[in-house]
Amino acid sequence: MADRKKSYSKDTLKRILIFTKPHLHYLVLAAFFSVINVALTLYIPILIGDAVDCAIEAGRVDFKAMLPILIKLVISAAAGAGASWLMNLCTNKITYLTVRDIRRTAFGKLLTVPLSYMDSHPHGDLISRMITDTDQISDGLLMGFTQLFTGIVTILGTLFFMLSINVWITLIVVLITPLSFFVASFVAKHSFDMFRKQSETRGKMTSLVEEMIGGQHLVKAFSHEGEAEAEFGAINEDLRQYSIKAIFFSSLTNPSTRFVNGLIYAGVGVFGAINVLSPSGAITVGQLSCFLTYANQYTKPFNEISGVITELQSAIASAKRVFDVIDAEAEETDARNARVLLPENVDGRVDIKDVSFSYSPERLLIENLSLAVKKGQRIAIVGPTGCGKTTLINLLMRFYDVNSGEIRVSGTPVREITRNSLRGSYGMVLQETWLKSGTVFENIAYGMPEATEEEVINAAKAAHAHSFIKRLPDGYNTKISDDETNISQGQKQLLCIARVMLCLPPMLILDEATSSIDTMTEIRIQKAFAKMMKGRTSFIVAHRLSTIKEADCILVMESGHIIEMGSHEELIEKGGFYANLYNSQFKVT
Amino acid sequence: MFKLLKYLKGYIPQSIIAPLFKFLEASFELAVPIVMANIIDIGVKNRDEGYVYKMGLVLVILGILGLAAAITAQYFAAKSALGFGTALRKDFYRHLNTLSHAEIDKIGTPTMITRVTNDINQAQTGVNMFLRLFLRSPFIVIGSIVMCLTVSPSLTLIFGIAAPVIGLIIYLIMTNTIPKYKKIQSRLDRVSLLTRENLSGVRVIRAFARQNNEKEDFDEETGELLKAQVRVGRISALLNPLTFAVVNVAIAAILWFGGESVDSGAITQGELIALVNYMNQILLALIVVANLIIILTKASASASRINDIFAITPSVTDEGNVYVEAVNGAPAVEFGNVVFAYHKDKPSLENITLTVGRGETVGVVGGTGSGKSTLVNLIPRFYDITEGGLKIDGVDVKKYPLSQLREKIGIVPQRALLFKGTIRSNMLWGNKNASDYEIWFALETAQAAEFVRKLSDGLDSVVEQGGRNFSGGQRQRLTIARALVMKPDIIILDDSSSALDFATDAALRTALKRDLSGSTVFIVSQRASSVKHADKIIVLDDGHAAGIGSHGELFENCQVYREICLSQMSQQEAEK
Repeated sequence: MADRKKSYSKDTLKRILIFTKPHLHYLVLAAFFSVINVALTLYIPILIGDAVDCAIEAGRVDFKAMLPILIKLVISAAAGAGASWLMNLCTNKITYLTVRDIRRTAFGKLLTVPLSYMDSHPHGDLISRMITDTDQISDGLLMGFTQLFTGIVTILGTLFFMLSINVWITLIVVLITPLSFFVASFVAKHSFDMFRKQSETRGKMTSLVEEMIGGQHLVKAFSHEGEAEAEFGAINEDLRQYSIKAIFFSSLTNPSTRFVNGLIYAGVGVFGAINVLSPSGAITVGQLSCFLTYANQYTKPFNEISGVITELQSAIASAKRVFDVIDAEAEETDARNARVLLPENVDGRVDIKDVSFSYSPERLLIENLSLAVKKGQRIAIVGPTGCGKTTLINLLMRFYDVNSGEIRVSGTPVREITRNSLRGSYGMVLQETWLKSGTVFENIAYGMPEATEEEVINAAKAAHAHSFIKRLPDGYNTKISDDETNISQGQKQLLCIARVMLCLPPMLILDEATSSIDTMTEIRIQKAFAKMMKGRTSFIVAHRLSTIKEADCILVMESGHIIEMGSHEELIEKGGFYANLYNSQFKVT
Repeated sequence: MFKLLKYLKGYIPQSIIAPLFKFLEASFELAVPIVMANIIDIGVKNRDEGYVYKMGLVLVILGILGLAAAITAQYFAAKSALGFGTALRKDFYRHLNTLSHAEIDKIGTPTMITRVTNDINQAQTGVNMFLRLFLRSPFIVIGSIVMCLTVSPSLTLIFGIAAPVIGLIIYLIMTNTIPKYKKIQSRLDRVSLLTRENLSGVRVIRAFARQNNEKEDFDEETGELLKAQVRVGRISALLNPLTFAVVNVAIAAILWFGGESVDSGAITQGELIALVNYMNQILLALIVVANLIIILTKASASASRINDIFAITPSVTDEGNVYVEAVNGAPAVEFGNVVFAYHKDKPSLENITLTVGRGETVGVVGGTGSGKSTLVNLIPRFYDITEGGLKIDGVDVKKYPLSQLREKIGIVPQRALLFKGTIRSNMLWGNKNASDYEIWFALETAQAAEFVRKLSDGLDSVVEQGGRNFSGGQRQRLTIARALVMKPDIIILDDSSSALDFATDAALRTALKRDLSGSTVFIVSQRASSVKHADKIIVLDDGHAAGIGSHGELFENCQVYREICLSQMSQQEAEK
């Protein structure tokens, strides 16, 4: 189990490295500058020590020897600083380039995955993978890598320099250092548990707050404030308990390592001084001061590395989540001999033959559905919400593929048509309006970006949208976005109609709005729909009796099944579900 | 930020002890270079091994004392910061609960959520770090300089120059990069927006075969993000190298001029080393200060966002109201020339006069934005009317304690929202003491009993957040039942049967009529068929009452109503 976990960490790591490959030259440069920087940083204490040795006591200061040392010191400091800056620039570049590439790849995948993927993954989760998790990769992994690298080089370099001065004192440093590890792991062990509890509790609080504040109107309506506050208070108290411990334990790291540092410092100081005193005069006072500086520096990379390792772990977990998206299976590509369906070749015939479909194997949704739609016919799909009316749209547009049976458009099986050209031969207006953030103009011209202003205005006029667009603050250049409320739901729908009106494909899929549209707009939408449907084969998810009654064929759906099919008169005569539905609307209570 | 410090009230001793012990720790730390200087100057010079060991022991003791002081400080800092955060959070949430609908709408749900979670955490971290570091770092800087003064006043001048220069570098880089980081955040928001759009609009995008254009947009946006990140990175990467360079130049100066002092006998070799050590300590302390400033900037931004909310006062209050008795024989609800405006000069409702008797059913119809929901939201005083009078049971709504008023009214909102828990816990929202029998009765009326009975756990079936494990229609019926459990005098159905099929809708209306004969019912709907059989229908058009009357009367005389009916049914059906 642990091995498997390790191997997937390794695989994930490897895959991130593959993403850095195109930017390898920056990596090499970063390593190069890092080595220079570390070497110079470590060289400086030696220079300082040498300079101190030039100033022994009153009357015994060798300025002539000191000057070149100090010049070297200043140059080393400047060069070291330069190298450190360049190293940072290189790591920044690799980091951000890699993250950009990972994001782009993941986004590219989102554009090719089958719709079932989007429908089955919560959008918030996918967004957080694209944004937060990729950021975590950059923060943890790539920045971590450079710290790791610099840290190791620093440790090795320090060891080397210390050994070159005095072996015994070096030994003291090396022996006391592990203490800092014990301390760190002790702290980590104790704080980890509390941090986990803290974030669990925090999660609980967030979801309570989200729920209660999201339903604040209800909280007020039911005078539920007291209960909500009590519940909040209880979680708040738990959070306090866990947080105090988590914060306290984790805040011990710094003082503890400072303490270990202090021990090393004292050890080096004492043994160094004794060594200076020893008859052999193993080291000089200057070298002792240099050692003291090293002793201060030596433990730092160790602490950093232990920090990096935790960051790495969370980065790998994040990377795994992003790679899950990248690894999602793409939509089956178009068949090799797939035809491009040109609008002029679409005659409006749609043949559905023995089609069966289900989202999941346990629940068959559509069974052996057959329907021959002639040019210009209107098919109304009727049934209560959630009955699966959109399933049929999904199949017609080939957002999903049928499990068995076949759908033909103009005589050609849809599997032998390229998806884009098949979808292009339908004009689709959904009840759930979707507009892109951008101008009104861009939104109408969405399907035909090369459209002229005149064409766009004509489409808007045909959709009865021109008059309200003109009244917007910037007319066609007014910026809109999907979630802003500067235009009403009905107006959004009109824009969606205009968008289809501009290309006006030979077949239509329409989804009537159930509610939330004011009367005037409603009338406009109906007029626009009627204009579009003239002479075109149309599939309408219908709620309005007038629409339903005028349809050539009504499909009645309930809990995913098509239970009845026929014209209004036929179905009323049959006295089944539809007749019941129809009558219930006018049942006198 | 300072306004919020009152939440530290219960933790005054802790908030004093924490920095005090930090101060102690810093003092111990500052003593270390002096002890080391003595080791060199006295121990080494006099070849006194015993002294060296003694001083070594002093160093270890200083370390232990420092550790003890630090642990004490961290503990009290954590305690007071969390005490602060907990008290603030509690009070903030209580404050949110006092706000009325007008304020809630203005602030918006996402904002309130981030304030409660993120912003308060940010402020809490700020307090914690402030207590831990804010005294320590400047103290080390000042202490180092003071120690240097005792060693050599003239050499201290170098510190007096280097420390402000480093401070200036930190300041310049931070003021330069902080606004740029904000820009990066907004770029990242754009990337996130594009992602969200592509998820929600996948059907449209694919229908128009626009994947490639979307990819181009995304590539452009991520390219811009990259540019912005690299640009900031260039500047912020200067911080460490520059301070490093300045410190080392300063050290070179100390060595050179210090060499002169040693030569003249003003200071010793050991003291020279001590000076170099103090310089390094100042550098470390200043970098901590820089980080602290970032944390505090964030904390004070959060604090001002929190204060913004605290500054909002509820517009609807019931201060001083006491329980009132209903006036005998008065109509259930009485609107007298009511005007209501969300924004000044733009009334959403104008001159509404409507009298509803006990047990009557009122239909409210009209287009979106015509003021239907607004009208019914005035009844439980979610908003206060701007002009005119509104009485319930003969008493002005403003005279009621809010809880008494709202207990009379059962409301079923447009958005069918349930809360995490069980079906029973949701039903108890309506009445804490409701028995199972009462709950089942309400479910029965709301046409929900049948599907609840089919669930294996019945009333104890789990309801996920928002009720997402139920279909739209089921949720709506459950929210109706929740309101019915209250046995309210007035029940308001605000477009709450939109997800029901016609048959269930009709059955619901029949059941309401049967089981709630004494209650006054308001039905807000877009569907003419839902209100057709009401005793009274009010037709709203752009905030005005276009007509009040029965279906028959209105269909004859009210143009707006006629249009609505005919857009949904045939003439003959409407006349039925």
